[in-house]
Amino acid sequence: MSKQNDIELIIEAGKTEKNYWKDLLEYRELFYILALRDISVRYKQTVMGILWAILQPFLTMIIFVVVFCKIAKLPSENIPYPIYVFSAMLPWTFFSTAFSNAGNSLIANSNLISKVYFPRIIIPAASIIVSAVDFTISFVILIGMMLWYSFYPSMYLLTIPIFLLITFFTAFGLGSFIAALNVKYRDFKFVIPFMVQFGLFISPVAYSTTLIPEKFKLLYYINPMVSVIDGFRWAVSGGKTDFRLEEVIIGLVTVVILNVFGILYFRKTEKTFADVI
Amino acid sequence: MSYTIIKVENLGKKYIIDHEHNGNNNFREVVTNNIKKFFNSINPSTKKQQQQLKKEEFWALKDISFEVKQGDRVGIIGRNGAGKSTLLKVLSRITEPTTGKIYIKGRIASLLEVGTGFHPELTGRENIYLNGAILGMSRAEIKKKFDEIVAFAGVEKFIDTPVKRYSSGMYLRLAFSVAAHLEPEILVVDEVLAVGDAEFQKKCLGKMEDVNKKEGRTVLFVSHNMNAIEQLCNKAILLDQGRIVKEGEDVSNIVKYYLSCDNQLRSPVWINKGNEHSNEYFKPISMKIVDSKGQIVKMPISNNDDVYIEIKGEINVLHSALTIGYAIYTEDGQCLYWSYQTDAPESDWPKLRVGENILISQFPKRFLNEGTYYIELIGGLHLLNGFLNPEKITQQ
Repeated sequence: MSKQNDIELIIEAGKTEKNYWKDLLEYRELFYILALRDISVRYKQTVMGILWAILQPFLTMIIFVVVFCKIAKLPSENIPYPIYVFSAMLPWTFFSTAFSNAGNSLIANSNLISKVYFPRIIIPAASIIVSAVDFTISFVILIGMMLWYSFYPSMYLLTIPIFLLITFFTAFGLGSFIAALNVKYRDFKFVIPFMVQFGLFISPVAYSTTLIPEKFKLLYYINPMVSVIDGFRWAVSGGKTDFRLEEVIIGLVTVVILNVFGILYFRKTEKTFADVI
Repeated sequence: MSYTIIKVENLGKKYIIDHEHNGNNNFREVVTNNIKKFFNSINPSTKKQQQQLKKEEFWALKDISFEVKQGDRVGIIGRNGAGKSTLLKVLSRITEPTTGKIYIKGRIASLLEVGTGFHPELTGRENIYLNGAILGMSRAEIKKKFDEIVAFAGVEKFIDTPVKRYSSGMYLRLAFSVAAHLEPEILVVDEVLAVGDAEFQKKCLGKMEDVNKKEGRTVLFVSHNMNAIEQLCNKAILLDQGRIVKEGEDVSNIVKYYLSCDNQLRSPVWINKGNEHSNEYFKPISMKIVDSKGQIVKMPISNNDDVYIEIKGEINVLHSALTIGYAIYTEDGQCLYWSYQTDAPESDWPKLRVGENILISQFPKRFLNEGTYYIELIGGLHLLNGFLNPEKITQQ
């Protein structure tokens, strides 16, 4: 029989599988399909449909404009405040929805986990894709707003994918860590919204990084979203806002640590997911 | 010609049952426990208390070893909680074993519950792709088989309707159909036949036989339906409390053995321990299933045996309309028929008198199919008053 020469799979107690990463490749279709499912399900049976992807950051932006620009009169580094806020709102919304989706993704798919085998890491990864789609849609709005304010896009915009990647991995590293914890300790279901809210305050979404005292800046940069948001603003404004290399470096270090730690913890607990979920 | 496709050695799966709290671990509890542990470790006097943490080990599977040859159809049987599903879960890599080793050659697809991963909001078409991907089919493979899947399920008309609007039968057929068109070397099936109407069950069994015979795949099959096991499998494994009790190719004998062990909760005798179901006319004393010599039968009962229902009771007041009898129900509570002592022509009615009476009624032969049935004592004043509540006895 020709099939006899197929690879032999050995399941052994306490041993991580050698072919996990190969499996991941084999199951990549599942990744697409799960992402596709989440996208097509997201706005089913809503009247506004995909408009929600635009409305959410847009309405938040209006509130921010009213509260922080008109009332609190925060500086916006010489670019129109709506654009200033919206260009930060976009990566932030991407991060916050991606992170909360990823963090809750395992419990949301508990029926799959307890019934079928596949590399579980696919689930949090796929759940982030939905937010990326939302992001793309609202990005079109940003371009529209820029034109409205006669604020023409420049070549700097081409750097945006880099910041998106950092956002993706921030959400993925932190999200898969929280998701794995969430399987066992449902407390994290309540921790996630809190983390998102807290993150909003320690990221320069409504205000500018320039407001942070110089001596705290290095500490502030540990949050990788700082570099993403500042970088995003910098790209949108065509290099007019303050953006430093050390932000990206410190941010990247955090992202790497988050991912290594997150994935290691995920892999370590993955095998018990089906038992405890 | 056929080689060993699955080899299991000393497989064990342990769960820790934590009696301190049920359900999910609470993060706060873990934190406080760890703090407690820390303080206890610096304070030796409380150490002993700590060791009394109410944890209990539970081996869902223990010392399981067996081999499956390519092309085998293995039926895994056993009572609820015997470890059947855990075994399948370990084999299909959903959960990790605690001890032992498993060698598997080829792709394994598990069908642990029909419709796993169906999303109610998605259409039938979308769900076929989704479910196929979850079960390990590639997009190209699904595309190739799409029409076949739809035709087998018989849902052509509704293929673009969200499955939440499907009838449960349609939903089920579609789900099974996707799974049945998988092409793994090993197909693991858990209790999928528990649902669906008879015709569909037949179709599923047929399909599974096809998968095995025409395409030479190996099937591992868990079911409580012994008919299906006997019909489909050429090998059986009987599990009890996580261990293999019997294993071999003599499927019907293993099934028989299993059924004969499986009578713990099923008794052919009911005895009134107090004044249950008593009333001013009649007080039931006992109800038994007996053979022609009046001996209590052994479970299970073959439908070829001479079997009688014996009802013993005390009549307090003789009433001309007093009827006593029994009713028989299927496992899911459908009444098949009932019978009273007054069912015969009036001249043949048994003479009832005040005091103890014994009524015996022969049970029709070759009447019931294999299964579990409940017998209830019924009685009343004919057309006037029904006063006896059912009491259940089972038979097979």
